[in-house]
Amino acid sequence: MKKLNWKDLSKEYFWRGLVTFCGLLIIILTLAISLFLIVKGTGTFVKYHHSVLEFLFSSDWDPMDSASEYGGKVGAAVYICGSLITCGLALLIAMPFSLAAAVFMTEISPRIGTKLIQPAVEIFVGIPSVVYGWIGLTILVPFIRNVFHAQMGGFSVLAAGIVLAIMIFPTITTVSADAIRSVPEMYRIAAYGMGSTRWQVIHAIVLPAARTGIYTGVILGLSRAFGEALAVAMVIGKTRAFPKNILSPTNNLTSAIASDMGNTASGGEYNLALWTMALFLFLISMLFILLIHVVARKKQEKETA
Amino acid sequence: MKKIMGKKVTAICAAVFMAASLMACGSSTATSSVSSAASTPAQSSAADAATSAAATSAAVTSAAASSAAASSAAATAASGASTAAASGSVIASGSSALLPLAQAAAQDYMKANPNSSVVVNGGGSGTGLKQVSDGSVDIGNSDVFAAEKLDAKSAAALKDHEVCTITMAPVVNKSLGISNLTTAQLVSIFTGKTKNWKEVGGSDEAIMLVTRPDSSGTRALFKKWALGGAEEASNSALETDDSGTLLQTVQDNKGAIGYVALSYLVNAQNVQAVSIDGVAPTLENTNNGKYKVWGYEHMYTKGDGSAQAQAFISYITGSDFAAKLEAMGYGTASKLSSDAVSAHK
Repeated sequence: MKKLNWKDLSKEYFWRGLVTFCGLLIIILTLAISLFLIVKGTGTFVKYHHSVLEFLFSSDWDPMDSASEYGGKVGAAVYICGSLITCGLALLIAMPFSLAAAVFMTEISPRIGTKLIQPAVEIFVGIPSVVYGWIGLTILVPFIRNVFHAQMGGFSVLAAGIVLAIMIFPTITTVSADAIRSVPEMYRIAAYGMGSTRWQVIHAIVLPAARTGIYTGVILGLSRAFGEALAVAMVIGKTRAFPKNILSPTNNLTSAIASDMGNTASGGEYNLALWTMALFLFLISMLFILLIHVVARKKQEKETA
Repeated sequence: MKKIMGKKVTAICAAVFMAASLMACGSSTATSSVSSAASTPAQSSAADAATSAAATSAAVTSAAASSAAASSAAATAASGASTAAASGSVIASGSSALLPLAQAAAQDYMKANPNSSVVVNGGGSGTGLKQVSDGSVDIGNSDVFAAEKLDAKSAAALKDHEVCTITMAPVVNKSLGISNLTTAQLVSIFTGKTKNWKEVGGSDEAIMLVTRPDSSGTRALFKKWALGGAEEASNSALETDDSGTLLQTVQDNKGAIGYVALSYLVNAQNVQAVSIDGVAPTLENTNNGKYKVWGYEHMYTKGDGSAQAQAFISYITGSDFAAKLEAMGYGTASKLSSDAVSAHK
């Protein structure tokens, strides 16, 4: 029997304590941020007595920017609508490309997929959002202006949608590809054995089997699109009006927060209205995360059943 | 085995560093200032050549500057103040309109006082005022008076230094052929009533407004002095807080109109500055009181501020820096004529 080595033991406890501390810190940090957002974000309703319905459904935005005066209007419907429309459009554009890329790199040509497409998609993920925004501003916006003769110089919902689509494309692609890869080989063999063509295998067997994973990818992509500020702000035009069509400019939540937060009087009505927007974004992303868990649980239930 | 242990230790060390930096996030201005302070000496050496040329011309203009009517803050700016060898650090944050000037001044100041460090961050006027008020920075830069953004008590604790003036000019695309607008036309355009340039004597081209966010100090200034308090039409205008983006947009679109500070027009040859009621937006017209659309740029300190902060403010308002200040398109507060000052009350 070896003698108890205090040195080793203290090391053991030290590292264990440290790792526990780091883990706890992350939890505390998350809770602290949530709490902070809730306290600040509800100020609009608690301190300045606006109704939640006004914030969500009114488009009358004119909060007072002063530390002592208040009584303006905080209808953020234009911003909320702008965020929803641009994200929806982005998803609409990105979805076919992402799915096609995922199918191609897993089912049709796995060799090219892993050697070329996978790395290319990974590079996409690493490009900073300001670069996307800049390319949008210098190439996409003039393009839309010249081709579609857009009224406001090409700054438009379409530009924002395309930039966002490019940004969420890699997320949806990689997650979907993983989901498709994890479909058991037996399914495919069985289908081929029954005389299916490759296309029949893909659309009738593989894609339905990978459905939940693809949903997860879509939700992850959406939450990235929803929270993206910089790239969208550069091309959306930031006009405070509902877009008349896909070529007219509008504004969204993240752009408004980014451009006004630093200028407003801390704790004033304007400032707190922006915090409420931030809280709204936070709740949306929580909802997305919740959805992912629900989807994942459904999948688990199905597999065990 | 040893190798694996080594890897583990480094990984855990990295985790500790990350945890420590997370905790330091509470005082984010402090951490960011350290990194930017380290980078500034290198930048300042690059500007050497330019500033030495400016310094010689500064000596010439200083005599003229000191004879002109001086505003309260500028009066304290003795040319010798900067040589009183201040050491230590100054952190400033706030207004993006004042940022280019404050950063240029910080570089020159650190060159003149090698033991000192001055870090200037942006963030917006509201941020600058809040941070100087709660003591997280030494100087809060602002386009507006503190009383407009802080409650009365905090505003009273701050001391205002009007370091320079900033003149705003409407700008349009060069090919539009418009170089003068009346105040009435300007108001009508920016409130969205006039929608086509042919209504104000231009070609048949739809007007495209490019303005600033509601909370912008630049917008507040333009609204007050150029539009007579009329609210801009946010629901039919593009908005950007970035003067570079604004200039680019005006350059790219024939029907566009926006407004920027003169400091952004110094190097912008592709846009047309528009005269208002026949008065061109220039420093001379600002100083002699003919051109109305200008405002003071403020540097606020809490109380009198630290000795280092005072020395820096003295430097930026002092005669040594005046030539550079004007070359960058800002105006010296001390050169304002009494007409200009009284018309702006």
